[in-house]
Amino acid sequence: MKFMPDFMDRLVINMRIAVLSGKGGTGKTLVSVNLAAAAQTSTYIDCDVEEPNGYLFFKPEDVQEEEITVKIPKVDNKLCNGCRKCVDFCKFNALAYVKDKLIAFEELCHSCGGCIIFCPEKALTEKERIIGKIQKGTSDQVTVYTGILNTGEASGIPIIKKLLDKNKPEADKFTFIDCPPGSACIVMESIKDADYCILVAEPTLFGVHNLNMVYELVKLFTKPFGVVLNKCLDGENPAEKFCLEKGIKILSRIPFDNELGILNANAEIAVKESGKYRDIFACLLETVQKEVLHETTSNT
Amino acid sequence: MKIAIPVDEKNMEANVNVSFARAPYFLIYDTETKETIFLDNSAAASTGGAGIKAAQTIVDNKADALLTPRCGEKAAEVLKSADIKIYKTTFASVKDNIDAFIARKLSILDEIHAGFHGQVGN
Repeated sequence: MKFMPDFMDRLVINMRIAVLSGKGGTGKTLVSVNLAAAAQTSTYIDCDVEEPNGYLFFKPEDVQEEEITVKIPKVDNKLCNGCRKCVDFCKFNALAYVKDKLIAFEELCHSCGGCIIFCPEKALTEKERIIGKIQKGTSDQVTVYTGILNTGEASGIPIIKKLLDKNKPEADKFTFIDCPPGSACIVMESIKDADYCILVAEPTLFGVHNLNMVYELVKLFTKPFGVVLNKCLDGENPAEKFCLEKGIKILSRIPFDNELGILNANAEIAVKESGKYRDIFACLLETVQKEVLHETTSNT
Repeated sequence: MKIAIPVDEKNMEANVNVSFARAPYFLIYDTETKETIFLDNSAAASTGGAGIKAAQTIVDNKADALLTPRCGEKAAEVLKSADIKIYKTTFASVKDNIDAFIARKLSILDEIHAGFHGQVGN
């Protein structure tokens, strides 16, 4: 028996790290973009499909696009006998039967496929409806994926499923998942297969409230996690206090700093422009690696 | 002619409910026979698509007109497919609206709102 099994090496290098926060604007994109850049060879996945912005920093090249569709029912009214099994089945009330015709409200359909299964006359078949797209490009050695949900669509989950499905861990690569804000279904889908979660928090009472939401979420998912305190100022930090009270690992402290603000506002990647931030994010990356290794060994 | 009205309670002294799709009950009133039927609105508790389900109930009970203070666009689409006219209620009481309707004093509801979405969840 070897001292360290092979898979452990692979696990450590092959990490999927999700970056999340209870609200928008805390610094998820800042942290995930800079970690991906600090790791050099890595994959960055923007799962914030309602407002993806990581690509603004990476400015990826050779961008390929793929449309994302969901399946919705298509009715053949000649075959429909008006039994209404589909109408009664649909929990989203996306179907109505009026004057010997079935009407489908496409935007209410959640693509469960139940109506098609239940139709005894085979009057319902599947058709595709486009809800958004994903883009894949490269920026130096970072592969950049961006999910884009079309305006007005109810759920970006099919896009996130596709984004993460495409990105099964490859050898010697870090994957950074830039999550949507909040703690709802769309975030759960984004962190579901993550090996580690980084929670980004602001030093305000509001920040603590939102940190608590994602803290409860990652506990529910039994994910190993730690906190990055962003926008740190001198004086009391309610988010830090929260971490100390709950015994949560603080991974890094990013200062509330003019230099960083200017770099970020100009859509520049801080680790590429500033030695100070190269150090901060290299250090964070190392801390996260150690944390994952620790989790792996203590759970094996 | 049969008319449908969203109501607060199951009696003729009731008021018109402020919402169509989320009303607890519907009154189906026959202007010729004066017959009244009160229905539970099974759509009231729906997470989404309540308007469609409520409209389906109105269609299935063979109403010719709906008297309501407001109506969402999906409900209106279902009702339109069934050639059911939507009239705007002008009084709080159900009775007053029925009288006004019979006297042809109610006008067609032309403000169809886009619905109260966002609580549907993912």
